[in-house]
Amino acid sequence: MSEAAVTKERVGGLQRSYWLPLQGCPGCQHPVVSRLIAEVLEEMDLDGSAIIALGVGCAACIAGLNIDAVLGSHGGAPDIATAIKRLHPERFVLTMQGDGDCIAIGAGPLIAAMGRGENITIIMANNTNYGTTGGQLAPTTVMGQITSTTPKGRDQQTEGFPIHAAELAATFQGVSYSARGALDTMANYQRTKKFLRRAFQKQLDREGLSFVEVISACPPNWHMTPLESVDWITNVVLREFPVGEFKNAKRADALSRQQGKAASKGNAA
Amino acid sequence: MTERTLVKGNEAVGWGAVNAGCDGFFGYPITPQNSVIEWFARELPARGKVFVQSPSETSAIMMVFGGAAAGRRVLTSTSGPGWALMQEGMSHLAAADLPAVVVITQRGGPGQGSVRHAQMDYLCVTRGGGNGGYKNIVLAPASVQEVHDLVQLAFYLADKYWNPVIVLSDAIIGLISETVELKALEFGPVPEKTWAVKGRANHAEKVVRRMVHTSVSAGKILEGYPTYLSWMAYKDDKYKTMAAAEVRHEAYRSDDADLVIVAYGYPSRVCKEAIHRARTEGLKVGLIRPISLWPFPAAPIREKAERGCKILVVEDSLGQMVDDVKAAVPDNTEVHFLGMLSRHLPDDSGMILPKTVLDKIRSIL
Repeated sequence: MSEAAVTKERVGGLQRSYWLPLQGCPGCQHPVVSRLIAEVLEEMDLDGSAIIALGVGCAACIAGLNIDAVLGSHGGAPDIATAIKRLHPERFVLTMQGDGDCIAIGAGPLIAAMGRGENITIIMANNTNYGTTGGQLAPTTVMGQITSTTPKGRDQQTEGFPIHAAELAATFQGVSYSARGALDTMANYQRTKKFLRRAFQKQLDREGLSFVEVISACPPNWHMTPLESVDWITNVVLREFPVGEFKNAKRADALSRQQGKAASKGNAA
Repeated sequence: MTERTLVKGNEAVGWGAVNAGCDGFFGYPITPQNSVIEWFARELPARGKVFVQSPSETSAIMMVFGGAAAGRRVLTSTSGPGWALMQEGMSHLAAADLPAVVVITQRGGPGQGSVRHAQMDYLCVTRGGGNGGYKNIVLAPASVQEVHDLVQLAFYLADKYWNPVIVLSDAIIGLISETVELKALEFGPVPEKTWAVKGRANHAEKVVRRMVHTSVSAGKILEGYPTYLSWMAYKDDKYKTMAAAEVRHEAYRSDDADLVIVAYGYPSRVCKEAIHRARTEGLKVGLIRPISLWPFPAAPIREKAERGCKILVVEDSLGQMVDDVKAAVPDNTEVHFLGMLSRHLPDDSGMILPKTVLDKIRSIL
């Protein structure tokens, strides 16, 4: 059976009675992120045990998948995922959030979950703006980008600089895996799928929190055609937010580093 | 002879939760409820249960949301400023019709206010507080034993109605120690959580479950509600059922009373002492102590007023529950009020003393 056919039957089966369609605006790449997640969950045989904690915003369109989902407050997905994973360690628990949900309003829960090294997977679709509400400034908006709240373009004097979530995640000892993917080329599509598979494996191996950011096109709010959006990702967004793995470690690495520091401190004393 | 143990009010929350079969606690430190979270940190992991110290009350209540959505018995505890932060999550719990327990050890406000006793959160606790107009059952203990018992009742009522239940304690009840009979209470069966999100393959029907957004809540997890108003109608029906069935109060020496005091929490104990002294002087005074603050025991208070009783409301605030009492009685009823401005000291350690209540009783009768 082909991969696509299995996905459609098992995971991607669109729930037509349900209010959230598994689709976005023309050229939106959030459904592509959802599809990648669905493919990897299914290939790793995790879709039956998976529970997705959702952020508020367009990224929640993943709720159309045939996978259990919980949606709470804006930015609260890491908290919801934490509780479910602690109470049901045998379940596969992930979040699907947008950049505003994840690193603006949800920065507190995200950072705390990374600090605790929760054994969950966080996926952040980064479209460099608030898509659902009409394209306002996000922490990820690139320099000079025009949004509805930065009509003259993002200015470092007033709006500062983009937050690099994947690089930030890599600095946490509780995080075992951090990567950023993109969907502008088939090569990046396949790399992103590989990142997701590695991130999911980290949770299965109980290595702590795994984080994957995916650059995702938002043509209506970028005021571009879908094809222009893909070009803009390649030529502008990925210069600010490079694709790649920023961390791929074992939890034991963090522990031994910590113990090493403690030991050297002890020697000095 | 039943065995009794000396327990602090805040720690009775823990014993009550464990006796109710609680699976997890998620909370953030705040005075004067720190001995609640510290009890759970010490005792829950030792029993194989989950304890997580959250990075904020905003997070604590969303963790409770996640645990409840997964079908487990979970709770959190806080005090005034933390309760304010939890309103977003409370509204989401209400939206999803999720069972959960929140224990509040009241302190003085507004803002950071005072870390000592007060009853200034009555309105924001009984009236919802978050967006969207929902109802939560609110239970108010007046002793350490009652903290232990009402926490168990709270878990039962939460599961019975698929609704958050709040236990509204205060810094006096939370910090005093009394002897308590620690035992699991039986309240009866609760409906199966046919909506609990466990991962599709773990559901009997093998069909996906979503706890997502309006029109898909515990009340109708599988098919959702056909319209927004049908979703509201489900809640309206539930709130009316709770309002009719879950009214609780204690009547104390009120049968022959000319004056009925209405007080909850720690001031109700002060009032009992004042009533004892007043009775020795031949003054016919009784007490109606609301145990459920929502739904409010309006009927027994109204009945007293209709029989000609005068009413005195004693609460350690500038006057909040007194509004519910006034709404319960006929317009021509004499309703007196004794509040926090009658404390015996001007700083935040002052209390409404039995002598103060007795003087008020004398002035009315």
